[in-house]
Amino acid sequence: MRRVYLDNNATTPLAAEVFEAMRPFYLEDYGNASSIHWYGQRAKAAMETAREQVARLINCRPSEVVFTSGGTEADNAALVGMEAARAESRHVVTTAIEHHAVLHTAKALEKRGVRVTYVRVGLSGVVDPADVERAVRPETVLISIMHANNELGTIQPLEEIGRVARDRDIYFHTDAVQSVGKIPVDVEKLGVDLLSLSAHKLYGPKGVGALFVRKGTILRPLLYGGHHERDRRPGTENVPGIVGLGKAAELAREHMAEDTTRMSALRDRLEQGILRSVPLVTVNGDPQRRLPNTTSLAFDYIEGEGFVIAMDLRGVACSTGAACSSGSLEPSHVLAAMGKTPEQARSSIRFSLGRFTTAEDIDQTLEIVPAVAEQLRAVSPHYRKAGARD
Amino acid sequence: MTTVVAMSGGVDSSTAAALLVESNSATTPLPDSAGESHPRVVGLTMQLWNQRRLPRLLGLEEGTATPGHASGRCCSLDDTHDARRVADHLGIPYYVVNFEKPFEEGVVRPFVERYLAGETPIPCSLCNTEIKFAKLIETALQLGAERVATGHYARLRRDEETGRYRLLAGVDRAKDQSYFLFGLTQEQLARSVFPLGEMTKEEVRAAARARNLPVAEKPESQEICFVPSRSYREFIEAYLAEQGQALAEPPGEIVSTDGRVLGEHQGLHHFTIGQRKGLGIAVGAPLYVIEIDRTRNRAVVGPDAELFRRRFVARDVNWIRPVAQGESFEAHVKIRNKHVPAPARVAAAFRPPELDGRLKAAATGAEAFVEFVQPQRAITPGQAAVFYAGDEVLGGGWIARVL
Repeated sequence: MRRVYLDNNATTPLAAEVFEAMRPFYLEDYGNASSIHWYGQRAKAAMETAREQVARLINCRPSEVVFTSGGTEADNAALVGMEAARAESRHVVTTAIEHHAVLHTAKALEKRGVRVTYVRVGLSGVVDPADVERAVRPETVLISIMHANNELGTIQPLEEIGRVARDRDIYFHTDAVQSVGKIPVDVEKLGVDLLSLSAHKLYGPKGVGALFVRKGTILRPLLYGGHHERDRRPGTENVPGIVGLGKAAELAREHMAEDTTRMSALRDRLEQGILRSVPLVTVNGDPQRRLPNTTSLAFDYIEGEGFVIAMDLRGVACSTGAACSSGSLEPSHVLAAMGKTPEQARSSIRFSLGRFTTAEDIDQTLEIVPAVAEQLRAVSPHYRKAGARD
Repeated sequence: MTTVVAMSGGVDSSTAAALLVESNSATTPLPDSAGESHPRVVGLTMQLWNQRRLPRLLGLEEGTATPGHASGRCCSLDDTHDARRVADHLGIPYYVVNFEKPFEEGVVRPFVERYLAGETPIPCSLCNTEIKFAKLIETALQLGAERVATGHYARLRRDEETGRYRLLAGVDRAKDQSYFLFGLTQEQLARSVFPLGEMTKEEVRAAARARNLPVAEKPESQEICFVPSRSYREFIEAYLAEQGQALAEPPGEIVSTDGRVLGEHQGLHHFTIGQRKGLGIAVGAPLYVIEIDRTRNRAVVGPDAELFRRRFVARDVNWIRPVAQGESFEAHVKIRNKHVPAPARVAAAFRPPELDGRLKAAATGAEAFVEFVQPQRAITPGQAAVFYAGDEVLGGGWIARVL
């Protein structure tokens, strides 16, 4: 069976060039980057190259890049670190559609007495900067709003929100895990002070990411240990992973324009194809303001979980939403926050394309989606009832 | 033909999956017309209950866990890790499907309601009809599969003349689980496969070992899957507390069968029919709970001899072999999992269902009057009564009233 991978928002395959770049740091240049000797220097130099590569991708200084174990750690470091460094200003503004790495961290902060405002979004899945402005209080210390939503692909108006933050001297964090590598991300244009990114969403390895920390931003570290990463993040650095992240960042810069054109054309072909061949399907979220690779579709009268399994049995990998929420009872908090009913949320499917997705992949998917949709609807008593009414 | 196999991570369902894979690969036809070769066996684990919901019960489990004896229950707590390892070993696709919501609505809540109504319910049978052979078949159809296989020790026969399915006890009578399957409809039976029905437990374990299944040596679980402490009362108190309700049961009288007041009880939910311990009364001869009288909030106790009764009514009866209303026949009737079926006369009846908190689906309106030849000990409302003719399950229902 020929398999098709359309779940690139969950994770991407490792680019071959990235793998090759990492290889020597497992086998030959295996030094500890903190060591004085030649081995350590080789590792350190490679790490600093990676720091430059990442900095170039998001337009910051290399010294503002702190390597972490991934996006979740970067988000935690930003939110918890910001709170821990301040005794008084104890209010945070975020949204109801953040990734759980931000949302659950915010919930944990609430238990420690921090007040959090969760700005709502409408059916477009896009935050209104005016709502953020209204949510801000004199004691607000941090605004944390994701750049692109992982489930919908919708892109948030960070530039406007950045202006709100800057005018009021509030720190601004963004979880850019889904956008970095897919669309241009420039920390200056966006006006952010903190930005989380993750290697495995841009054809890099799992288990490594970074937090951009604007110079002068005071954060208390999550962990205590050695003086790594300018005292921001202790622990022996994951040198091969960091090298991989750097290479992935470099490749992302090279490929971005071409990837965007190709992926959005394929994504539109997939979306239009499904809308034409399957009745009762709607696109979730703003169809314009979104990542070039993502489509989230609501298939009425279909249980998303069954759809994903049935598709997988026919060789196509897609998802109901965030992979981190799979198997959980609750329908997507993102779709719920947009005002979708639990039924609509449970019937939503995300297809996310990648650099290696081909036209053949899309055609193969389009061939099986109508049959799978019909197979699931045939079992739905609600669908049969609705059909009888027509 | 694609078959979904329900995998709990235990040795039984794992072996069932292995046998199914072998029998299917022996008969697998060429790829279909589209040139696609779809998987023939798909492993599914049903996630039914989140044990972390009631952490108090988990703490209790450590202190009260008892070493296992021969199987007492229908199935064990789902173990997705083991099930996944087995599926990987067999090279079949494997998924976890979340049925927590239908399980709570269709099994846990009715269980709690019946318990509070003074019964001693057995949730496994309800789980089979409401979840395993309803939701799971539905999921199987969604995935393009036609049948569902489980590791139950039971056999199916198709009557070639009538086209109806007959349900038979498993060959291993000590392991037989047909008692838990009485509620299956013909439609459900037609889509069911029981690969272990012809085998003994020893043969199953040997088959698991021969195939190097990673769970071949796994001991059996004795628990009702969502009641880790094996204490119904603890579970119900914790569950109600989670729902923001207190288990408010007023104290009442403990009386003898001839009406003498012997003491006071602290709520009827502390009792089950046949219980001896914890009555809090000291009389010469040992006393047992004979009856739980909800309407008068009394527990009726008496000597062991008074536990033996002959007649009861079963409600929500499902007839696997068709029976006409008013028909009566001889059968062997089993009134709890460990009960040896005893000879009785069974009369089929019908009464319009009163939907009193019971599931509409289960409220068939079919009733049965059962009269044992010899009195049986502790006929307990809430337990399942299953009617056998030799190996064959004719039907069954829920014990409603002891007459």
